[in-house]
Amino acid sequence: MSDNSYNEILQLLCNRLENISNTDIAITPDLSLIDQLSIDSIKLLNLIMEIEDTFDISVPINALADVQTVSDLASLIHRIKTESS
Amino acid sequence: MNLLDKLDAAATARKALLPDGVGAFGIPIEEIYSSTEARIGERRILLLGTNNYLGLSFAPECLQAAHEAIDKEGTGTTGSRMANGSYLGHRALEQEFADFYQCHASIVFTTGYQANLGTISGLVGPGDVVLIDSDSHASIYDGCTLSGADIIRFRHNDATDLEKRLRRLGERAQNTLIITEGIYSMLGDQAPLADIVDIKKQYNSILLLDEAHSLGVLGDTGQGLVEKTGLINEVDFITGTFSKSLCSIGGFCVSNHPQLDQLRYISHPYIFTASPSPSTIASTRAALKLLRNGKHLRRQLWNNAEQLYTKLSKTGYQLGPEPGPIIAATVNSPQGALALWNGLLEHNIYVNLILPPAAPENKSLVRCSINAAHTPEQISYVGQVFAKLYNSILE
Repeated sequence: MSDNSYNEILQLLCNRLENISNTDIAITPDLSLIDQLSIDSIKLLNLIMEIEDTFDISVPINALADVQTVSDLASLIHRIKTESS
Repeated sequence: MNLLDKLDAAATARKALLPDGVGAFGIPIEEIYSSTEARIGERRILLLGTNNYLGLSFAPECLQAAHEAIDKEGTGTTGSRMANGSYLGHRALEQEFADFYQCHASIVFTTGYQANLGTISGLVGPGDVVLIDSDSHASIYDGCTLSGADIIRFRHNDATDLEKRLRRLGERAQNTLIITEGIYSMLGDQAPLADIVDIKKQYNSILLLDEAHSLGVLGDTGQGLVEKTGLINEVDFITGTFSKSLCSIGGFCVSNHPQLDQLRYISHPYIFTASPSPSTIASTRAALKLLRNGKHLRRQLWNNAEQLYTKLSKTGYQLGPEPGPIIAATVNSPQGALALWNGLLEHNIYVNLILPPAAPENKSLVRCSINAAHTPEQISYVGQVFAKLYNSILE
């Protein structure tokens, strides 16, 4: 990944969520992580650790309080990545 | 979805895991016979899910101390220590914990949960960082949330992963509180404390160790993992609970940092709650003496633990990485775990059932906690029943 643009982050997230979600729903940015994709708290926290390693950033789990959808999560990662570079 | 609908959704999710009538959580216990046996329904049940590691819940010394305290000082303190004052027993127990750990001071909290909540939220705040093991107990997660600090998780018992995350923090690492546990409550494994201490020193961070499940269990005098590893002077804060090896309720924090005392004035879980009752403090003090001198109890506990771990391991159960007083069999499905738990209860054995998402890796656990007062015959019987059920349920 070259510049970790928002769209690249979103694409990577969608790919990863496809593997860990228990549903057959196609992953789109507006889907709710918990209600629609059945991502429970443990799965989400483990995904955050993977994301931290992929982008070499720190994502405090308390920042997830405002994250509802796939695009919310992509925005959070993009913001942290931009601020850290 | 309104507030009550959310609770209905939670009830539906629970019923999907546990059908009506299966009382795996909060099982009704009609009568307690001893530290190892109770009556559930009409049956005499062997208790292997109580965290009563040293078997002191009916120790005559503890019973007598509690009786005397209740007669002398009443049933409760009716308020916080800040408002209602500190009884002689509160102050004596704090001195005894400080002596036990050869530390500057200690603070007693009303529960073990509050010991973590109060210590963590007193030590860090907004702008600081807490780095916690991913398998941390809920009291650690909740204490971190209450603090407002940034919460970062490192992979369970992985010191290399911890180091990587500290490195990423740059200068913030020196305002970071690292939290680990002596023995982890789910699989019974121990923290790699020496490696974590090395990293904490390298980054000039602060280290808090929760000895909830290791107090009384590890070390010559039962201090916990700090004593087993000889690293007591390298750990900044130690917390623990009275509700396991000490068989009462309450918690503590000990430290050589003189700033510990300030927690009494800033920590809400310490300030805004009633202090422990006199009988609780008295039985805890008596149990602490027994714990310190309880080398024989620890020997018996470890003999029992090793006997059962070996038997279950040979049977084919997937267990935690090392023997210890917590022995948890990992089962791939909640249904399999429930069948095993039910099978054990039908054979008059009570253990803990842990279903997702409470267990690590989204697995289910059937967890035993061993007691020094279990007889070799009882442990042998439990091993035989586990073996029988493995063949009939899990194979």
